[in-house]
Amino acid sequence: MPSLGADMEAGTLVEWLKKPGDAVHRGDIIAVVETQKGAIEIEVFETGVVSEILVQPGTKVPVGQPLAQISAPGEAVKPPPAAVAPARPAIPEKPRAPAPPLPLSAPTVAGEARRRVSPAARKLAAERGIDLAGLKGSGPGGAVISNDVAAATRKPPAARKPGLDLAEMRKAIGAAMARSKREIPHYYLGTTIDLSRALAFLERTNAGRTPDRRIMIGAVLIKTVALALRRAPTFNGFFQNGSFAPSKAIHVGVAVALRGGGLVAPAIHDTDSLSLDDLMAATRDLVERSRSGRLRGSEMTDPTITLTSLGERGVDSVVGVIFPPQVAIVGFGRPALRPWVVEGRVEPRQVLQASLAADHRVSDGHAGALFLADIDRMLQEPDKL
Amino acid sequence: MNDDIRKTLAEEIVNIAPEADVAGADPDADLRESFDLDSMDFLNLIIALHKRLGIDIPEADYARISSLNAAVTYLAQRRKPG
Repeated sequence: MPSLGADMEAGTLVEWLKKPGDAVHRGDIIAVVETQKGAIEIEVFETGVVSEILVQPGTKVPVGQPLAQISAPGEAVKPPPAAVAPARPAIPEKPRAPAPPLPLSAPTVAGEARRRVSPAARKLAAERGIDLAGLKGSGPGGAVISNDVAAATRKPPAARKPGLDLAEMRKAIGAAMARSKREIPHYYLGTTIDLSRALAFLERTNAGRTPDRRIMIGAVLIKTVALALRRAPTFNGFFQNGSFAPSKAIHVGVAVALRGGGLVAPAIHDTDSLSLDDLMAATRDLVERSRSGRLRGSEMTDPTITLTSLGERGVDSVVGVIFPPQVAIVGFGRPALRPWVVEGRVEPRQVLQASLAADHRVSDGHAGALFLADIDRMLQEPDKL
Repeated sequence: MNDDIRKTLAEEIVNIAPEADVAGADPDADLRESFDLDSMDFLNLIIALHKRLGIDIPEADYARISSLNAAVTYLAQRRKPG
């Protein structure tokens, strides 16, 4: 049972998506686990063959307990069980970053009787972004089969499952934020950035593109933060066991508000290496899956920094609370038309307030100021993003 | 004559915001505020309208999708041949 959050002690195995004898590859989704914070799709972090299922659906087991055995291709069953998906969300002894103890969105399953779904239907549904919970099954015993998914293809996925326990989610958010405020000596910096060049760049880029290929300013901001982090390693990583472990990889966690309340901040993996088009696609995908309860374990556990943007809500600025064990959170407010002094003259410009909340155990305001200044500088040269 | 546009618009809003009471909403109120649509929701709405109605909606015209009534008027204009 992988740890999907610093506060997680146990989880319930809800469903196996593989059976003994099935080949699995690194990254495959092998099971669904339900936690206090919702249901998570669990990936496998090794390639091989499922040789034995050790935990049956419906069983609650502590973090660290092996769920299945996986043998290397062509090998006999290994006696010591290789835990499913242990690598990233490591078992407790491993000093690997635990997740920000944020809740996940709506459970993938409705709680009681899990729907029967054929593997082909599940695959098709995943490919087409169809929410299985909303489908009526026409297979044996009401099982959802691929024809049911095909018939529903024109219907977009439900934005949210009704079964989400918002009170539990609120508790989890409260616990994480209280821990952050209790343990992390935050310091805060802010700056106002001229956004006109970045917006003009987007206008040029998006002209002539169909809506599904347009890039939003949010993707530009995510990319900018990721690139700036390359030169600001003290804001990218985890503070654990009394010391800071910088992360070589840059996985920006993007705060996503859920409809009706609550939020998640899943990772966009290797954010800095994605093109703007790929980053936009990844962001759309992540938001959609955040709201339909189909996030993966690694997306929960991997963010190395968080970015929050409350510009949508019409506020000029937002100053975040760090998600432990991360050490920084960047906030962006609403782009707004304001008087701006350019070469001694006042001009109307679209400007954006950026903030940084960072951990004083790891960095100082000087480094933070350089980081924000880098973000500003990069936004003045959007063609280089 | 624009009933199909209004119906499509309502369906796509509900697809994005399942709790939305489109029929009961003020048709002249701010669309994004009425249905709590963020910029990603709004882009998804534009994408859906583009696909279903075959109407090109340039980014510069997003501001014209400001309310249900404004959106229907705008989409009807864009659909007119010539």
